[in-house]
Order: sequence, then structure tokens, then C-alpha cells
Amino acid sequence: MNAVTPISSDQSQTVVSRFAVPAIRCAGCIAKIENGLKDTPGILSSRVNFSTKQVAISHLPELDDDQLKRKIEALGFEAQVLADNPLSEEKGSTDKLIRALAVAGFGMMNIMLLSVSVWSGASGVNRDLFHWISALIAIPVIAYAGRPFFASAAMALRYGRTNMDVPISIGILLATGLSIYETATGGAHAYFDGAVMLLFFLLAGRVLDGMMRDRAREGIGALLKQTAPGAMVLDDDGKTRWVAAKDLLPGMHMMVAAGESLAADGEIISGSSSFDCSLMTGESEPQPLGKGDLALAGTLNLSSPVTIMITATGEDTSVSDIARLMDEAGQRRSFYVRVADRAARYYAPAVHSLALLAFLFWMFAGAGWHQSLLISVAVLIITCPCALGLAVPAAQVVASGALLRKGVMVKDGSALERLAEADYVLFDKTGTLTLGQPTPVNLDDLGLTQKQVALALAQASRHPISKAIRSSLLALGIEPVALDDIRELPGKGMTASWGGVKVMLGKPEKSGDHLSSQLTVGSDSVVLQLQDEIRPDAAEAIAALGKMGLPAEIVSGDNPQSVALVSRALGLSAQAGASPQDKVEAITRLTNEGHKVLMVGDGLNDGPALAAAHVSIAPGSASDVGQQAADAVFTSESLMPVALSVKVARRTMQIVHQNFSLAIGYNIFAVPLALTGMVTPLIAAIAMSLSSLIVVGNALRLNGAAK
Amino acid sequence: MNGLAILIPVALLMGLGGLVFFFWAMRNGQFEDLDGAAQRVLLDDEDDEDQS
Repeated sequence: MNAVTPISSDQSQTVVSRFAVPAIRCAGCIAKIENGLKDTPGILSSRVNFSTKQVAISHLPELDDDQLKRKIEALGFEAQVLADNPLSEEKGSTDKLIRALAVAGFGMMNIMLLSVSVWSGASGVNRDLFHWISALIAIPVIAYAGRPFFASAAMALRYGRTNMDVPISIGILLATGLSIYETATGGAHAYFDGAVMLLFFLLAGRVLDGMMRDRAREGIGALLKQTAPGAMVLDDDGKTRWVAAKDLLPGMHMMVAAGESLAADGEIISGSSSFDCSLMTGESEPQPLGKGDLALAGTLNLSSPVTIMITATGEDTSVSDIARLMDEAGQRRSFYVRVADRAARYYAPAVHSLALLAFLFWMFAGAGWHQSLLISVAVLIITCPCALGLAVPAAQVVASGALLRKGVMVKDGSALERLAEADYVLFDKTGTLTLGQPTPVNLDDLGLTQKQVALALAQASRHPISKAIRSSLLALGIEPVALDDIRELPGKGMTASWGGVKVMLGKPEKSGDHLSSQLTVGSDSVVLQLQDEIRPDAAEAIAALGKMGLPAEIVSGDNPQSVALVSRALGLSAQAGASPQDKVEAITRLTNEGHKVLMVGDGLNDGPALAAAHVSIAPGSASDVGQQAADAVFTSESLMPVALSVKVARRTMQIVHQNFSLAIGYNIFAVPLALTGMVTPLIAAIAMSLSSLIVVGNALRLNGAAK
Repeated sequence: MNGLAILIPVALLMGLGGLVFFFWAMRNGQFEDLDGAAQRVLLDDEDDEDQS
């Protein structure tokens, strides 16, 4: 099943490389990749991970990542090398929490079993025995499952601060210590059950939160994937060698073959080619660049090999500038996180002092230290902010789950919070309002043979227009003809000979203000018009957003003519030719006017704007950078999910507010009871769990919100 | 009373067994690719028959 080829000898020397293969969609893809790689010499085994769309290949060190990547691409899948998994550490923290949760669950159930026997009347020797067994289970369980809280509390205390985990840790340790004392002296009550149950419910909340965060981290390091991992460098003595991107220096000459992306910024010193700069500018048409022009890292060389003298590498490249811009914009936004932290900082000391005051008061009132300690433990447990802590994540997890089923992936819990507040929408054009893929609109003008010739020519090129023509023709079920002598003329198009007749697919003699291509067979020529179509129901989605009080506007990096076409069709005002900085400025201007801006965009050039906006959404076809910068990603072709997410986000905030009132109401009701000594630690633990369950139950109502 | 001496250890051991099994499953990567497991049922195994 696992497509493991028999391992011959040096097993110790194998290397495991990981590749991201986003096109894995079905069982067929798994079989194709695993079986296809199996017979390659040097590859020992390969394993597809369908959930993360990754392939792990274990191979001999002779094969390098680039060869493996080409092998996967030869099977018909685009692949990207994944550097040493940067996620593994972060993911490990959720795994640790799940293990702790499992242990706490085991302990809780067994201790409950014994506690129920005690409550239902076990006495004398039996009761003591049950208490001892409980202690035997509880102590290792608390030591293991409590570690996340103890570690965090210890960290906070070391730096002279306090957080939510400090009262939790103190409460658990006090309750455990007290119970051990009770057990050893043969007392009537032990509170192991309360302590372990508390841990279990707290851990459940943390695990939910951790899973949400892990999902958000998918696609980290996306920006670096845009630049090539290295380049072929031409030395002065005429030899070439492969240099990794981090070792490239300004002044080196790098050779870039057609189809490769650039690892550094540089000036073209020989050759000319067209470059796909859509990642940088959002402009859909490739730009012809020749000797003396500046080519930027992350752009893709489309047609012919060029030699480039490097002017900037690594951190100094334009693509890194954009990354920095995004980083800064993202930091501005974390205001909400800080508010939550501050609230927790004030809440925790309040709980401590309340418990301490209760203890002192009852000591003075003459209740004895044992009774006073019990009361203060009850106060610590009952004021545990579990319900408060669960109020937000539970609602967010359920709402994002409901949205996920509708094809919207919300990456960050606070995104829903911000989405609910948005009151202005900015749309990018290419790839956001439009589908981002030009499609030929007048294919019917071609005869069957013309279609076959066009397909054969288009297949041989990487030009976006060729790709568009190829995919629409393939969709019609056209078979290509066989051509000889296929050549790509930079800036002109593809030529070839078809049984002695000269055929060509390329730039038309008269080009209008939108994309077009001319097919010439012998002396006949036809001009193919291409259009980037507006997403279906874009108008309805914009109307729905308007009804919810969110007016919309377009900011695009594209040329004014093509922007005008879309803005007229949708009846929106538009700003064309906007650079990434301009987009950020547009957002800043609106923010200064008091608006909370929702940015919807896809390209690398939208990255800073997506990060700077109050909240942002990207379509699933977006560049990795766009997807990473955005708070949410929708996968469908329709634009309706944008309106739907705003609706669900508002509903979620309603539930969050209800949950807050429930949790606070519970505290107002229960804390005075605990302070007056009417609650034992066990009842406190039950009341606390019950309030958590009510909050979670209320959040579950959101399941049907995304309809 | 004698029953308890048997039943409590049995209950504990069974719970512990479940816990150990869960830990093993996590370490073994059984939860790494939940969607993939559903898809792999549909694979044809012909090519893999030579393996044990």
C-alpha cells in the first residue's frame, strides 16, 4: 500500500526531502506519484500526505532536490521544494497538548469512578483505600498533564509577571496538596477529582485553540518560495556552477534559462526575454526586457535564456522589501491581542488577591487554617476563567468550521472579530473581481484544423496567453497536430512548420487595449480575443455587502483601460495603476477617516495591503503570499463567500457577547458563594465545568450560521 | 471486597492500555493524513503485490 520499494543496502545514508504538490486532488494522483517515483533509481520510497498536499521522498544522497522536483513535474504535477519543515516545532506543541489531554481524560474518568463510590457511601477502610488509589492516579496525571500550565506560569513568574496560568497552577497545586494531606490523615474529603477535571477542561480549550493556530500557520515561508533556491553562476573563466540563493553576491553573473524564476535582482547584460512580473505588479501581460533592463527576484523568465548581473540579493531584493512591508503592517494589527493580554494581566492578580483575602478573612473569623485554605482553593477554582477563556475560541472554532464547509478558510480566530467590524471593502481587480485567467472568447472563429494547430503551438510555450488558449482548447477535446521545428521568438510568439506550411501563434499586428493573440496558418490569419472574465455573481456579492453597510471600491495595479472595463460593469469607483505602496496608502486614508477596511486581493503586490487592512480575504487562486497575508481564503469561483463570511462573523460576535455575559454572570453568582464558604472545591470544579459546557453548547449553535 | 481487588486493577489496566495505544498511534503518525487514508482505499494495489 505504501509504495515502499525494497531497500537494498545502505539504509543509513538515505535523505528525506519534502515537496509541496498543491495539485494532489484524488486517489489517482496519489497512485500516480507514488508508483511513478517508485521505479526511479536512487529513490527508496515516497509517501504522499493528502491532507497537507505534500510528498516525502526518501532517497540516496546522490539525487538532489532539483532532480527530484523535475521527476515529480515529469509526472504532471507542479512541485515546490520545502525547506526543513519549519512547522514541525510549532505543530509539536499541539501534539503535546493532545497527549496531556488524553492523560488527563484517563485520570479524570478513573478518579471519578472512585469518587462516585465515595459519595454514594463508601466509608472507613474502603474510603481511605479509594482516596489512596485516587492519589496514586492523580499525582502522576497532574504532574504530566499540568506541565503546559506549570511551565507557562513559571515562565511568567520568572519575568516578574503573572498570567492566567498562575492562578490555575496555584489552585491545582493547593487542591492536590490539601487532598494528599486529607488522604494521609484519613479525612473525609479529597479533591483529586476537582483538580484533574479542571485540568481536563482547560486542556480541551487549549487543544481547540492550538488546532486553530496550526491551521493558520499552513503556508508559512510562502514568500521565500517565490524566489528560486539558487542560480547557475557564470565564472570569469567561463565555467558555470550552481550557487544557493544565500551565497549569491552582487556582481556575479547568473544564467537564467527559460521557465526559471530569478533568485536575485539584477541587470540583464545579454539576451532578451519576456518576464512574468504578475507577482510583483499584478499586471497580467508579460513584460519584454532586454539588455540594460532591471529584472526582479521572483519574476519568471518566460521565453529565452538571459544572463543577468546581480545588483541585489537576499534581504535587499524588492521581494524582501514587500515582505518587510507586510511584516510591519501586520504588527500594527496585533492591538487586539495586546488588549486580551492586558485584561488577563489584571484579572489574574485580582483572582490571587481575592483568594488571599478570603483566606485571611476566614482565619481572622476563626474558621481554622484548614477550613480557610479550603475556601480559598474553592475561590481559585471557581474564578478560573475557563468559561471566559472558552467563550471566544469555542465560538470561533465552530464558526470557522461552518465557514470551511462553505469553502472559506478563516486562518485566525481574531479575524472573525475584525471581519464583523469591517465597514468598507477594497477590491483588487485581477484575480479577485475577475477570475485571473484570461479565456479566449472567440474560439468559434477557428476551424477544426486551426484549433489543432493552435493547440500544438500553445502547448510548447509557457506564456500565460498560450496557457489560456491551451486549456480552453483541451477542454473542447481537441487533439494537437504534430509540428516540426517549433521555436519561440521572444516578444513575438511561437512559430513552427506543419507539413511544410509555416504556422505561427503570437502577437497580433494590431493589438488593442486588451489581450489578444494571432494565429497564422500559411496565409490565413485569425485574431483570438482573450478576456479575463468577471467572477460569476460578483455583482450580487457586492450588492449583498452594500446591504450590510459595506460600500466597495476597486484599487488595482493594472492599466486604466482594463480597470475601467470592470469598474463600469460592476458600477464601482476605481483607482488604477496603484503600486503596493499606493494600496497601503489608500487603506491608511480610509482608516484615518474612521473606516475599518476589508481588503480583498490576491497577488504578491496586494500582500502589504492585505496585511495593513483591518481584515483581509484572498481567493484560493491567489499567490502564496496573498494567501498567507490574508486572514481568510475562499476557494470557490463565486465572490459570494466574501459576503457570507461577513455575515457569519457578525453572528459569531453576537454569540461571543452572549458567552461573555454567561461566563461573567456565572462568576458574579458563584464567587460570593465561594467567598462565604458555601462551596467545596468539588462543587466549585463541577460548577466551573458546567459553565464551560454551557458556553461551548451556545457556541455550537453557530454550526448552522453559514447558510 | 474481593471483587474490588480484581475489578479496580482491571479497570485501570484497560484504561492504561487505551492510553498507551493512543500514544503509539500518535507517534506512529496515524493521524498525519486523515483525508489521505480515505482516498487510499480507492487505489489499485496490483503494483504493490510483490511487497510483503
